[in-house]
Amino acid sequence: MLLSNLPALQVVVPLVSAPICLLLRRPGHAWACALTVSWAVLVMAVLLLRQVALEGTVSYPLGAWATPWGIEYRIDMLAALVILVIAIIGAVVMPYARRSVMQELDDEHIGAFYTCYLLCLTGLLGIVVTGDAFNLFVFLEISSLSSYVLISLGRDRRALTAAFQYLVMGTIGATFILIGVGLMYMMTGTLNMADLAQRLPAVDDTRTVRVAFAFVTVGVSIKLALFPLHIWLPNAYIYAPSVVSIFLAATATKVGVYVLLRLFFTVFGVQFSFDDMHVGDIIMWLAIAAVLTGSLVAIFQDNLKRMLAYSSVAQIGYIVLGIALATGAGVSAGIIYLFNHALIKGALFMALGGIMLRLGSVELRDLHGLLRQMPWTVAAIIAGGLSLIGVPLTAGFISKWYLVAAALEGGLWPLAFIVLASSLLTVIYVWRIVEATCFRAAGDERPGVREAPLSMLLPTWLLIALNLYIGVDAEVLTGLADTAAAALVGEALP
Amino acid sequence: MQHLVDIVLLGLLMITGFAIVRMRSLLAVTMLTSIYSLFSALLFVVLDAVDVALTEAAIGAGISTILLLATVALTTEYEKVPSHRSLLPLLVVTLTGAALIYGTLDMPHYGDPNAPVHRHVAPDYIEDTPEEIGVPNVVTSVLASYRGYDTLGEVTVIFTAGVGVLALLGVHLRKRTEQPSDYHKLVVLRVIAKLFFPLILLFALYVLFHGDYGPGGGFQAGVIFATGFVLYALTHGLGNAERVIPPALLGILAAAGVLLYSAVGIEGMLLGGKFLEYNVLADDPVSGQHLGILLIETGVGITVAAVILIIYFGFVSRRPGGADAQDPS
Repeated sequence: MLLSNLPALQVVVPLVSAPICLLLRRPGHAWACALTVSWAVLVMAVLLLRQVALEGTVSYPLGAWATPWGIEYRIDMLAALVILVIAIIGAVVMPYARRSVMQELDDEHIGAFYTCYLLCLTGLLGIVVTGDAFNLFVFLEISSLSSYVLISLGRDRRALTAAFQYLVMGTIGATFILIGVGLMYMMTGTLNMADLAQRLPAVDDTRTVRVAFAFVTVGVSIKLALFPLHIWLPNAYIYAPSVVSIFLAATATKVGVYVLLRLFFTVFGVQFSFDDMHVGDIIMWLAIAAVLTGSLVAIFQDNLKRMLAYSSVAQIGYIVLGIALATGAGVSAGIIYLFNHALIKGALFMALGGIMLRLGSVELRDLHGLLRQMPWTVAAIIAGGLSLIGVPLTAGFISKWYLVAAALEGGLWPLAFIVLASSLLTVIYVWRIVEATCFRAAGDERPGVREAPLSMLLPTWLLIALNLYIGVDAEVLTGLADTAAAALVGEALP
Repeated sequence: MQHLVDIVLLGLLMITGFAIVRMRSLLAVTMLTSIYSLFSALLFVVLDAVDVALTEAAIGAGISTILLLATVALTTEYEKVPSHRSLLPLLVVTLTGAALIYGTLDMPHYGDPNAPVHRHVAPDYIEDTPEEIGVPNVVTSVLASYRGYDTLGEVTVIFTAGVGVLALLGVHLRKRTEQPSDYHKLVVLRVIAKLFFPLILLFALYVLFHGDYGPGGGFQAGVIFATGFVLYALTHGLGNAERVIPPALLGILAAAGVLLYSAVGIEGMLLGGKFLEYNVLADDPVSGQHLGILLIETGVGITVAAVILIIYFGFVSRRPGGADAQDPS
């Protein structure tokens, strides 16, 4: 019974546990609840991926209604991979969360915090699992609303403004997506994605469908913080509690990318999206702008959280670059990049959370000579930084390698050049961290500052280890990504 | 004739919209948004979408007006005049509007029976509902059964909003025995409110349990139910309302509604069906559907009512004046 209902349970388990978590009065109990659920979600994600790898796309009719009358859960390789990313980050961040949350939040807020975390997890998973365009919107709302709350729980008063700015932008994005879905429904009479894909070609020369495409594209671009719609992202990451920065940086924008892939390739189809609407050209230029400005701005930041936030803007650019190529290799590179970047950024933000716990600040000038006091945390930042640059034997190298290869395959050598040149920009900002923490003498004594607790170090290093592992042996990941990309683009496997 | 009504209503909507943009008094704007919702509700009635009309009237014209008034009472009555005129927002809005108008050019004609929405899934909903679900209100059968999972998602959205308000504002009602400042002037209002209070709750229950047959359902019922308590709090003071329904209970109720809904879904799986499959809940599929719909609608009603009261109490308990603070007079 459990296995046959796996697709539903993947979302229902965190959904049901959210209200239960609210009812648990003690902060410790709420944490234990969130921890258990996160690991259960990971187990289910692995089982689901296995099922998809063995049997192909899995479909699950909710309420046992046939599609397109009822809502369908539909998990292909791409969905299974993105679910795995979310689940890994969720499972790793929860053991880490206890100490960090205890320090950064008041006791009375902790129950609501874990409830919102579970709701956010539910929303993100629900977006990925569903095969229904309106259901996607509903779960998008769950994840957005809960992330606004999570961000606003930050200790700094500016967290409220950051959350409000995100709320306004996010609501515009969600409304645009809803308008687009509404127009698609008007022209086809269906909400099921597979059914939409079948019925849209008949009406895709109408102005209504073109406008629908434009609205969903812009709406999703806000959600995934594609340049120039990224302005909500830096403040949201900086002022949020550390655990929220980790979780959102590693998962939320990735789910946005997933929705973009789903819309371009599954719902509207490659031909309409890229040949008729030329969306590839548009997002390619935006992605290039994102890569360059994000990296450049990151260099000049003195707050490490802000530096990493702008770096995220650039990294999203790389991912979108792969998608913009619209080839099997390009999309596969995008998916690999998405997976690896979640691991890298998760690890880096985790290390920053450790510094936040001990130092209460992540300003560069406060970190001088930190290597002596927090060697493992600083080492994690350096390892993550190397992966971010794309040094061989790290996951970052694999993603950039595939991206450059895809660009060259498409004959776009200037694009390959931009990827390499912007990696040099990454070297500069990563070096600034290394210089400050390793080579500068500590200006003033920091008595009592010691290494982050084991409960926070272990999860950080677990992600770093995954990074290094993928850097050495990426065959499984690239194989799965190729399968996913081939299914999306409609090419035979190479 | 119907077109005339449509045009007049749409014209009024437009005038109200412009007035909202131009006005600086937030109190007036709040009342205008309420009027805007009322016109929309009327438009939905003309379109024969009575379920939507009921929702729009209860939420848009009713409860959100009260919440906005509470917000205005907490903040300020006049919008600040912006120091500079920014062209970017104007550009964005104009572009969006132009795109929307451009999109209308190839839409199916208004009321066209051959439009795709009337030809694909909708006819089957209408034809199959009597034998598959067995309830006369097709809207309820779609929302609660065919697309019941969306409704679970929506309830979760509302629950999330409630948790958000609990986390950010909290519902900390101090033990308050004092009454609204003009308590004694409000005799007529209080007597009428007292008369209406049980009737409103009764009507909410009617909307809830009659949702299978007529317009309504858990969502509208929850709003109406909460309105009763809001009216009571407005006329009798927060302290008394708090004694009727303790704030600590509200969080539990909000969670309980979502749990009831999901429990129905899980029960479907335990009985060997899919998640949210009601057919397996009873001996024959149609009674199973009836039972399932009744239970999930109740869950929706509980969560919606509790969350609205959480938001309302969360807002008004932040001001020493209490409930009378948002009295528009």
